[in-house]
Amino acid sequence: MTATTQGGWLLVMALTLPAGAMLLAFVAGGRHARTISLAALGLWLVIAFAIAAQVQSGGAPLSYVIGGWQPPLGMALRADGLSAAMLLTGAVVLLAVALFGRTPYDTPRGAPESRAAYAFWCFVPALAASLAAAFLGGDLFNLFVALEMLTFTALALACLDGRPSQFKSELRYLLFALIGSVLYLLGTGLLYGAYGTLDIALLAGRTRADAPTMVAGALMTAGLIAKMALFPLHLWLPPAHAGAPAAASALLSGLVVKGAFVLLLRLWFWVLPAPFVLGGASVLAALGATAIVVGSVVALRQERLKLLVAYSTVAQMGYLFLMFPLLAAADAETASRAWLGGVLQAISHALAKAAMFLGAGLVAASLGHDRVNALGGAARAMPVTVIAFALGGLSLMGLPPSGGFSAKWLLLRASVETGQWWWSLVILAGGLLTGGYVYRIVAAALSAPAPGCMARPVPRAQEYCVLALAVASMLLGVLPLYAFGLVRVGAP
Amino acid sequence: MNAGLLLDLLLALAVLGTAAWTLLARTAFAAVIGFVATGLLLTLVWVRLGAVDVALTEAAIGAGATGVIILYVVARLRGGEAEISAATPNPVQRILAALLALAVGGLLAWGVLNLPDPAPSLAEAALAGTAPLGLGNPVSAVLMAHRGLDTLLEAIVLVFAVLAVWSMAADHRWGGAPGPVFPRADHGPLSLLARILPPVGIVIGIYIAWVGTDAPGGKFQGGTILAAMWVLPWIAGLARPPSVTDWRLRLMIAIGPLTFLGVGLAGFLIADGFLAYPAGFAKPLILLIEAAMTLSVAAALACLIAGPPERRRRA
Amino acid sequence: MTGTDILALAACGLVAIGLYGLVAQAEVLRKIIAFNLLGAGVFLLFGVVARRGAAAGLGGDPVPQAMVITGLVVAFAATALALVLTLRLYQIAGAATVAEDPPERTASEP
Repeated sequence: MTATTQGGWLLVMALTLPAGAMLLAFVAGGRHARTISLAALGLWLVIAFAIAAQVQSGGAPLSYVIGGWQPPLGMALRADGLSAAMLLTGAVVLLAVALFGRTPYDTPRGAPESRAAYAFWCFVPALAASLAAAFLGGDLFNLFVALEMLTFTALALACLDGRPSQFKSELRYLLFALIGSVLYLLGTGLLYGAYGTLDIALLAGRTRADAPTMVAGALMTAGLIAKMALFPLHLWLPPAHAGAPAAASALLSGLVVKGAFVLLLRLWFWVLPAPFVLGGASVLAALGATAIVVGSVVALRQERLKLLVAYSTVAQMGYLFLMFPLLAAADAETASRAWLGGVLQAISHALAKAAMFLGAGLVAASLGHDRVNALGGAARAMPVTVIAFALGGLSLMGLPPSGGFSAKWLLLRASVETGQWWWSLVILAGGLLTGGYVYRIVAAALSAPAPGCMARPVPRAQEYCVLALAVASMLLGVLPLYAFGLVRVGAP
Repeated sequence: MNAGLLLDLLLALAVLGTAAWTLLARTAFAAVIGFVATGLLLTLVWVRLGAVDVALTEAAIGAGATGVIILYVVARLRGGEAEISAATPNPVQRILAALLALAVGGLLAWGVLNLPDPAPSLAEAALAGTAPLGLGNPVSAVLMAHRGLDTLLEAIVLVFAVLAVWSMAADHRWGGAPGPVFPRADHGPLSLLARILPPVGIVIGIYIAWVGTDAPGGKFQGGTILAAMWVLPWIAGLARPPSVTDWRLRLMIAIGPLTFLGVGLAGFLIADGFLAYPAGFAKPLILLIEAAMTLSVAAALACLIAGPPERRRRA
Repeated sequence: MTGTDILALAACGLVAIGLYGLVAQAEVLRKIIAFNLLGAGVFLLFGVVARRGAAAGLGGDPVPQAMVITGLVVAFAATALALVLTLRLYQIAGAATVAEDPPERTASEP
C-alpha cells in the first residue's frame, strides 16, 4: 500500500507550479509571460532541489497519494532517486535555456506581443510540467498523458522559427511520436486487462510471463524506443532537432527524449517479468551499440554543425541501452554500478548536449552559417562559447574529469564484470569516434578566419548560459561517487 | 448462434469493412466519409459494450469533431498528385507494411484472447467510491476524483494544443482571429443552419454537460456540441471569432484547468490534500469544475477546429 | 467465442488496418486518417477490457472507460495539431507528403 510520505507535497508542487505558470502565462501574454515563466522556473529549481535533498537524506522514495484515493482505484506520484535526479537535471537545463532565450525571445517594452516569444515563454513552463508528470507519475496511463504533453510541447518548440523547411521534418517527427504513443497505450490496455491496475508499484513483482504481458511489453517498448530514436527508428531525429531554433534543439535533445527513457526504465525494471527482461535486454543493447557506431560515423561526416550535434544525440542515446543487459545479468553491486552509469549518462548528456546545441546556435548566429569547414575565427570571436562546446564534447567522449567519463567508466566496468566484454569495445569505439567529430569542430573553430569572414559578436549573457551547462556536465565527474547515492535510492 | 452474438459479428464486420474501405478510397474526401462512417458504427459498438458515456464521446469527438476538422483540411488541400504518387511505397514495401500490420494485429489478438478469466476489475471499488462523492455516474467519479489527475493533465493538454496550433501561424498574422476568412453567407443552407441550430444546440450541449455527474454525458461531450454551435456562425461568416491576443478568449480557454487546479490545491486547506474534496461538498465543487471545464473545452475545441490565425490583426 | 471476443478481434483488425495505412500510404492526410483508425482500435481494446470487467451491476469497468474518454480528447488534439502542420506545409511548400527532401540545403538559421 502506498502512503503519502513526509515531503510528499513537494511532488504536487513540482507538477502544479509549472502547469499553473503555463496557464497564467498563456492568459497574460506579452512581457508578463516571460516574467511568470522565469519566476516559475526559478522556483521549480528550488523545489527539485528540495525533493532531491529529501530523497537523499531520507534514503527512501517520496510518494503522494492524490486525493487520498489509494491505488489501484486512485493514483500516486512517486519520486525515487531516478526521478529526483532527472527532475533536478531538467530544472537546471530549463532554467539555463530560458535565461539564454531572454535574448532571442525578448519583447521590448511597449512592443506588441510576438508569436515566437509568446509561444516560447508559454512552452518552457509547459515542458517543465510535462517532465514533472513523466518523471513523477506512478501510473502507466497517467504516464501516457505525460508522453503526449511532451510530444505537443516538443513539436511546438521545434516549430518556433516558423520556417517552411522545418514543417516537413516536424510533421514526420509528430507522426513517429504519435505511433509511439499509440503503441504504448495499446500495451497499457492489455496490462490493465491482465492485472486490473496500472499502478507501477502494484504491478512490480506481480506480473506473469503470459501472452498479454509479453505482447504489452513488446508494444510499449517499441513505442518508447521510437520516441527515443533508437536505431533503426532514428531517422526522424536529426532533421527535427537540427532544424529547430537553438534553444528548442537544446531542450529536445537534452530533455524531451529522456522522458521516454525514464518510462522505459520503469517499464523494464519495475513492471515487466524477469523472462522478458532477460530475453530482450541484449536485443536493446545490440540496437544501442549499432546506434553508437552508426550515429557517430554519420556525425563525423556531416557538413553542418547542428546536424552533426543531432546525429551525436542518436549515438549518445545508444549508450543508455547498454545498461539493460548489464542490469539484468549482474550481481547486486555490479547492477548498481550499471544503473548509476546509465542514469549518469542520461544526466551528463542532457547537460552537455544542451550546452553544445546552444553553442552551435551562437556560432551560427555569429557567423551567419554553420558549415563545419568554415568555422575559422569562431574561437577568436567567442572564446567562451567554443570552450563550452569543447567541454561538452569532452563529456560526450568520456574523458576525465567529466560526467560522461564517470558514466562510461561505470558501464565499462559493469560490462567487464558481467563477462559481456563486447559492450566495452563499443563504448571505447564510440569514445574514439566522438573524439573525432569533436576534434573536427574545435580544430575548425580554432583555425584562422577565412578572408572576408565576418563574425558578429554575441551577447555575453548567452555565452555564460552555455558555459554554465558545460561546466555542470564536467562537475558531475568531479563529484565523488557517494554523492550519487541519490540515484541509487529505490533503484531496482 | 443467438441474436446478440450475431449483432456483434455483424457490427465487427461492418467496422472492419468501412475501415478497409477508408484506406482503399480513391479520394481523400471519400476516405473521410469512410472514417466518419466507421466512427458512427463504433458508437454502436460502444453501446454494445455497455459504455454509453464513451459512445457519446466517440460520436461527438471521435467521429464528429475529428471528421469535421479532417474534412475542413481536405477541402483546402488541392493537388499534389504527382508528389503523392512519387512518394507512394512500391509493392515490396507495401507487402512489408502489410506483414508488419498483420504481425502486430496477430500478436495483439493472441494477447487479448489470453487475458485472464475472470477478468480483474475495479468496477466494485469505483462504485463504492462514487456514493461518498454524491455522484450517480461512476465514470464521472473516476474522471473527476479517483483519476482526477488524468483529467487535469488532459485539460492542460488541450491548452497546449491550442497554443501549439496558434504558434504555427505566420508571424505577421499574429493578433488576428483564429482561422481563415469566411465569406458572409446570408442565404442558403449554411446560413440557415447557423441561425437556427445554435439556440437549440447550446441548450442540448449544456444539458449533456449538466447531467454528466449522474447520467451518461459530461463536459467533453457537452463542450464539443457547444464548440460546434460556436464555430458554425464563424464558418457562415455571420460572426467573427475574437483575436488570439484577446485575453478574454485566452481566459475562456484556460479557465477550466485553472479552476480544476485551484480547487485541487485548495484541497490542501479544506480537505485531505491535493485533489481531495471535503466531505459533503464534493458534488458542488465537482459541478463548479465541470462548468468551467465545459466552457474551456468548448472554446479550445472551437479554436482547434478554426486553426491558426490567417487574417490580419484588427486595425 | 463470446460477443466480447468478436469485438476484441475487431479491435485487433482496426489496429492492423490503421497501422498499415499509416505506414503504406504516402499522403499525410491519409496517414492522419489511418492514425485515427489505429487509435479507434486501441480505444476499442480498452472497451473490451472494460466489458470483461463488468461487475457490481455495472455494464463495464468504469476505470478503462474513463481512460478512453481522456484518450479520445488527447487523440483529437493530436489530430488537430497534425492537420494544422499539414495545412501549413501545403500552404508554404506545396507539399502533401513527408517524403525525404532532396539533399540538405546549405542555408542555415540565424
